[in-house]
Amino acid sequence: MNTKAWSIKLHPMYGGLQLEDHKTGSLTQGLQQASLPPQLLLPLKQHIGVTNKALVRPGDRVLRGQLIADSSSPISSPLHAPTSGWIREIAAHPVPHPSWQSDTCIVIDVDGKDEVLPSHAVDTQNLSVTKFIKLIHDAGIVGLGGASFPTSPKISRGDNLGIETLIINGVECEPYITCDDILMQTYTDEVINGIAWLQRILKPASTLIGIEDNKPEAIKAMKQALSAGNLDNTHVVDIPTIYPSGGEKQLIQILTGKEIPKAKLAFDIGLFCQNVGTCAAISRALDQNQPLISRIVTLSGDGIRQPGNWEVRLGTPISHLIELAGGYLDNQARRHLVMGGPMMGFSLSGDQVPIVKASNNILIMQQQTIPQAPGDHAECIRCSRCADVCPAQLLPQQLYWHARAGAYDKTEEFNLFDCIECGCCSTVCPSEIPLVQYYRTAKSEIRAAQQAKFKSDRARIRFEFREKRLLLRKQQEEERRRLKREALKKKIPQVLNDDSVIDPVQAALARVKAKKQEQPVANPPKNTTNLSAAQQRQIKEADARRRTAHEQRA
Amino acid sequence: MTSVLVSSPYISPSSSLRRLMINVNIGLIPGTLAYAWFFGVGVIINILLAIVFALAYEAVILWLRKKPVIPHLTDYSAVVAAWLFALCLPMHAPWWLVAVGIGFTMIAGKHLYGGLGFNPFNPAMVGYVVLLISFPLEMTTWYLPIAISGESIGLADSIAYSLGLADIQQWDALSSATPLDQFKTLSGQNISASEIRLSPVFGNFVAVGWEWIAACWFIGGLWLLYTRTIKWQIPVAVLGSISLCALVFYLYDPERIASPLFHLFSGAIMLGAFFIATDPVTAATTDKGRIAYGILIGLLVYLIRNWGGYPDGIAFAVLLANMCVPLIDYYTQPRVYGVNTDRSDDE
Repeated sequence: MNTKAWSIKLHPMYGGLQLEDHKTGSLTQGLQQASLPPQLLLPLKQHIGVTNKALVRPGDRVLRGQLIADSSSPISSPLHAPTSGWIREIAAHPVPHPSWQSDTCIVIDVDGKDEVLPSHAVDTQNLSVTKFIKLIHDAGIVGLGGASFPTSPKISRGDNLGIETLIINGVECEPYITCDDILMQTYTDEVINGIAWLQRILKPASTLIGIEDNKPEAIKAMKQALSAGNLDNTHVVDIPTIYPSGGEKQLIQILTGKEIPKAKLAFDIGLFCQNVGTCAAISRALDQNQPLISRIVTLSGDGIRQPGNWEVRLGTPISHLIELAGGYLDNQARRHLVMGGPMMGFSLSGDQVPIVKASNNILIMQQQTIPQAPGDHAECIRCSRCADVCPAQLLPQQLYWHARAGAYDKTEEFNLFDCIECGCCSTVCPSEIPLVQYYRTAKSEIRAAQQAKFKSDRARIRFEFREKRLLLRKQQEEERRRLKREALKKKIPQVLNDDSVIDPVQAALARVKAKKQEQPVANPPKNTTNLSAAQQRQIKEADARRRTAHEQRA
Repeated sequence: MTSVLVSSPYISPSSSLRRLMINVNIGLIPGTLAYAWFFGVGVIINILLAIVFALAYEAVILWLRKKPVIPHLTDYSAVVAAWLFALCLPMHAPWWLVAVGIGFTMIAGKHLYGGLGFNPFNPAMVGYVVLLISFPLEMTTWYLPIAISGESIGLADSIAYSLGLADIQQWDALSSATPLDQFKTLSGQNISASEIRLSPVFGNFVAVGWEWIAACWFIGGLWLLYTRTIKWQIPVAVLGSISLCALVFYLYDPERIASPLFHLFSGAIMLGAFFIATDPVTAATTDKGRIAYGILIGLLVYLIRNWGGYPDGIAFAVLLANMCVPLIDYYTQPRVYGVNTDRSDDE
């Protein structure tokens, strides 16, 4: 019980932006349970890391919670059947991805019975830390804040490095999204239990739960649950609402005043960040023996009839959710679907794509707000509003200048890769330059160039090695010939008469003759010579048998 | 259904170029009205002429450069440049002077470098300096404030003169040096400051008319700050550095040297600090850099006013500081998140 007043000094983050949060629309009704769609589409890869292999075949029957895809790589996360049904096919379908590409999906025809795979409860009281981490991996848990990095390798790395402060991210700073807000209000205990598990594994000295102060209900619920529970040194911290305070680097800066050094990760400075959704998923896996098969998704935006939050089985097509939300507001309107928030989300190719582990929000906008393609905007007037709002303290106008000119080495000098693509700069730019789009392009160009350089370097090294090898072989050959020549020079005078002219043919014939005379040809020994008495007896017996057999046949 | 492949963010921009330029134009209104009140409508004719010429030049050049004409003309950046340029002219200037000057502003100062955003020098100041060097007589003919002379050159006469239909010499009796010029000339003749101030142009506070105009530029500047069109660093640094320089020398010899207030409320320092030095394209872009840039301008203005060949020095100071911007920006980059964190831990 932690009743005495506790306070923490908050630190300012760099830059940031106050945005209209548009969150009330989806909060008017509580969490709703989404019905099962007729079909689920489950992309094999819903995490950062190695793609899973399907463990089922078309025609198989699967039960809820059954493992259907997995990989042996440590950086991967298995996939479970979200409900019972029959595998229809394993084929390429459109998936939620910024490139609008298709990817291999397991398609399940839902049978509506929602039959659960029988499993025996694990006694979690006496398990080792390694076992916990294994259970978290087996439950298919990934970071549910949006990045979907597999949780188990992150925890085991943090466990090795020693964690001073555990930071739980319930900030949810992007406009429109309310899934974590509603999660903290609805599944408060699961979040708290998940935090307890993380504390048991990582043994942090203190735990801070960061929540933006525009979520008073969630803050209240979490504070109440904490005061009723028995977690040590665990505190809810309401932080000012300023975008992007929910970025890991920004939240760490606000709560601790520390910065993650360039090219390092949070655990390198003794911190470990985890999203509230992930905590709830960990609790479900360890306390209820339930793998990750559903998540809370916000449907929001000005193009949907009834914004809200739904607990949705993974693989549910977005069109099904939109029906649940009363459909599009105007069926004729030009609309725009985004997965994630308006600041960092990405456009979807259509509403046929499924909900995946990373889908926190589906934004349905009546129309595109920034339809500009690069090159179609006004020029930069160097007003530096972008620099003022940059949470990474970069100089976006310099980055833009060099990115546009294709001077990618210069963009790296200006720390392009420290850009977290939060979108603040694009939002404040009076010339309406899609700055982040320029940076994304520059980053991918640089990565492509690095790949190409890596390949060409490898090819060059191989070529050089081959040249060297050929040269060495040639030298060895020459050396061998030279030695042979020298040997011959020494040998020839011994073989031939001193006065005769060297005739190679004669010499060879002479050598052959000499050889024949040296070794008189002897009859090779037969295997019947030098037989022992026993062997001779055996032979005699065998001959006798043969003879009788021959006579009988005759 | 239609979806569009565009990368995030998907939020409407919070400001626009046009809005910024309109804000600057609004900020210029009080000072311009005060100017016209004290010195006659000539300045308004200059501004209108300059705007017409600027838009015409810009339209032609955009057409030659095969750029969309209307979107660029309606960003109002040409209007701002023309307005600032016209404010630097004497209140009665012939039309061709305006045409030549704004021509340099728009063509040489802006579009030869690539248009808005690419020019290293403040275009309005480029046009003004070209005129100042090429037409010294026309550019230094100033007139007494109406409050002192009691009569003004009316609208019809101003237009007639501007179009070359009338001769300005009939008004020669009204011509006068600016207070800055007068102070400089007289103090050069070893006349003490208290004696100089007896001249009617200086009035009771700093200089009749000029002090009010400066106050109005200041109000316009507050509007720019309020609307976040500009940031505080440059105006504060410019005004602070010139005040500090003036104070040091004034305390050293109050009989020979003008006071800080005189420097702040005469000439074009208020206009310069809030409207000219803050041109984002040609100013420093980092916060620290802006302070350095502003200090440099204040210092240069003070040097030119006291020891230079011109009574006021905003244009030269701004152009010289423009040259230093790449250097200033390079050495005042902020520390990137997570870089050199050891240093911040020590702090």
